[in-house]
Amino acid sequence: MEISRHWRLRKQRYALVGEVCPHCDAKIFPPRDVCPECGHEAKSLYNFSGRGEVYSYTTVYDPPAGFEENAPYTVALVKLAEGPMVTAQLTDLGDQPIEIGTPVEMVTRRLRQDGDERGLIVYGYKFRPILQSQPV
Amino acid sequence: MTEVVIAGIGQTPVEEHWDVSLRELAFMAIEKAQLDGGSLQPQAVFVGNMLAPQLSHQAHVATLVADFAGLVGLEAATLEAAGASGGAALRAGYLAVASGEVDVVLVVGVEKFTDVVGSGIEAALATSGDSDYEAVQGMTPTAQAALLMRRYLHQTGAPRDAFAGLPLAAHVNGAGNPQAMFRKAITPEIYQKAGIVSDPLNLFDIAPNADGAAALLLARRDLLPPEQPVVRIAGSSSVCDTLALHDRPDPLVFEAARLSVERACRRARISPLQVDLFELYDAYSIYGVLSLEAAGFAPRGEGWKLAQDGFLGLQGSLPISTLGGLKARGNPGGATGLYQAVEAVLQLRGQAGINQVPDARRALIQCLGGPASVAVTHVLEAEYLSQADRN
Repeated sequence: MEISRHWRLRKQRYALVGEVCPHCDAKIFPPRDVCPECGHEAKSLYNFSGRGEVYSYTTVYDPPAGFEENAPYTVALVKLAEGPMVTAQLTDLGDQPIEIGTPVEMVTRRLRQDGDERGLIVYGYKFRPILQSQPV
Repeated sequence: MTEVVIAGIGQTPVEEHWDVSLRELAFMAIEKAQLDGGSLQPQAVFVGNMLAPQLSHQAHVATLVADFAGLVGLEAATLEAAGASGGAALRAGYLAVASGEVDVVLVVGVEKFTDVVGSGIEAALATSGDSDYEAVQGMTPTAQAALLMRRYLHQTGAPRDAFAGLPLAAHVNGAGNPQAMFRKAITPEIYQKAGIVSDPLNLFDIAPNADGAAALLLARRDLLPPEQPVVRIAGSSSVCDTLALHDRPDPLVFEAARLSVERACRRARISPLQVDLFELYDAYSIYGVLSLEAAGFAPRGEGWKLAQDGFLGLQGSLPISTLGGLKARGNPGGATGLYQAVEAVLQLRGQAGINQVPDARRALIQCLGGPASVAVTHVLEAEYLSQADRN
């Protein structure tokens, strides 16, 4: 069981809480406490909008242990609107073709499950395509 | 600093060694290196290993390896830097001798993939990324390579077959290496028809993980057995980048690879263009291409073009993967960096058989951990370089 390891990341996993640099205003996700832009300390919390676009993506057919129930699944690098890039699965794809540049938004989904019926279930962010408004 | 030479080399075939354990595999390579290195006795053992704690439930690998080889009473430590673990062990051994602290070092790389089968291997490999922010999303090293390839194709407009050149060159060379896992050339048609593993990455864009061990005896120059051809470590550098791919300003630039080539070559007082061969880290064809660009052999977005016209072949201007590379020799994880070193020594001694690179005097070898999250680069030189060659 690895409960504390996941529990302590609940703000990041459920709400995409990162940091903002008080010196240069760079937005930071995942949190790293030292600003990658200016090198100063950056520990102020910042709520990301959850919007971004697909930088690149692929499909995993041979999943690592713990991810079998979702396979095949799509993993991506998502460029967040505020600047940083994040690794995440894409979900709710339906029949829509995904492309580099597809606009996406964060949702909360089940990420992985450990072992038997008493195993840990880990929830966290994934991204889904933003629905295009249909002409009336 | 003390001049460091490679006094002995040993390697096992890269394959599925079902009947051989982690310790036995390491010892197979050690025995050969000791035989090759004459009577030299090491004072320290550095072991490169990536995944034994997970695949074999065995941490503390260096002590196990030294113990099983009858080398208790020595210094022993394990170096782990994901796919660059072997290079990290080589560098630790180099630094130990160069510093004057010890006279002879044994460096060993060993990986035992077949202690686990199935999804456990992918899970173990995924731990080399950021566990909290990459692996938890189901991201794997193979998936990272796939999405880098997709982005590369998108940004450069290169054709999909642009990546065929490296695996084709590797397989041609693997055919001439008795230690290689795959000893058969492939055709462009076979590449094109290969099954997709993680789109757009196909089966031939991925080097196979397998068991293997390689070992080298490093020594002070004056301790080299008299009959042994002199191959020295002329340059060495290890550089890390961000662990996670998503934290890079530009994921298609292998900055750690660039810096470590630059620094290793500066130490050797050469330009990368002065090497006679390049053992690069072709765990994925896209990584090979990005490594060629990072080392400065091709402009950005054009590394794939080098594979045309035999440029990267044994008779070409820049032979790569001269004994099969990771793709055809196989990728034994933390041993890979030391296979590269052993193979470079064979080339520099003129002992590479039908795969001999003509007049090979200087080799560049580089291994990567993750998507160049760390890069370890060495320059090896045969002794008989004249001063004119050095300038």
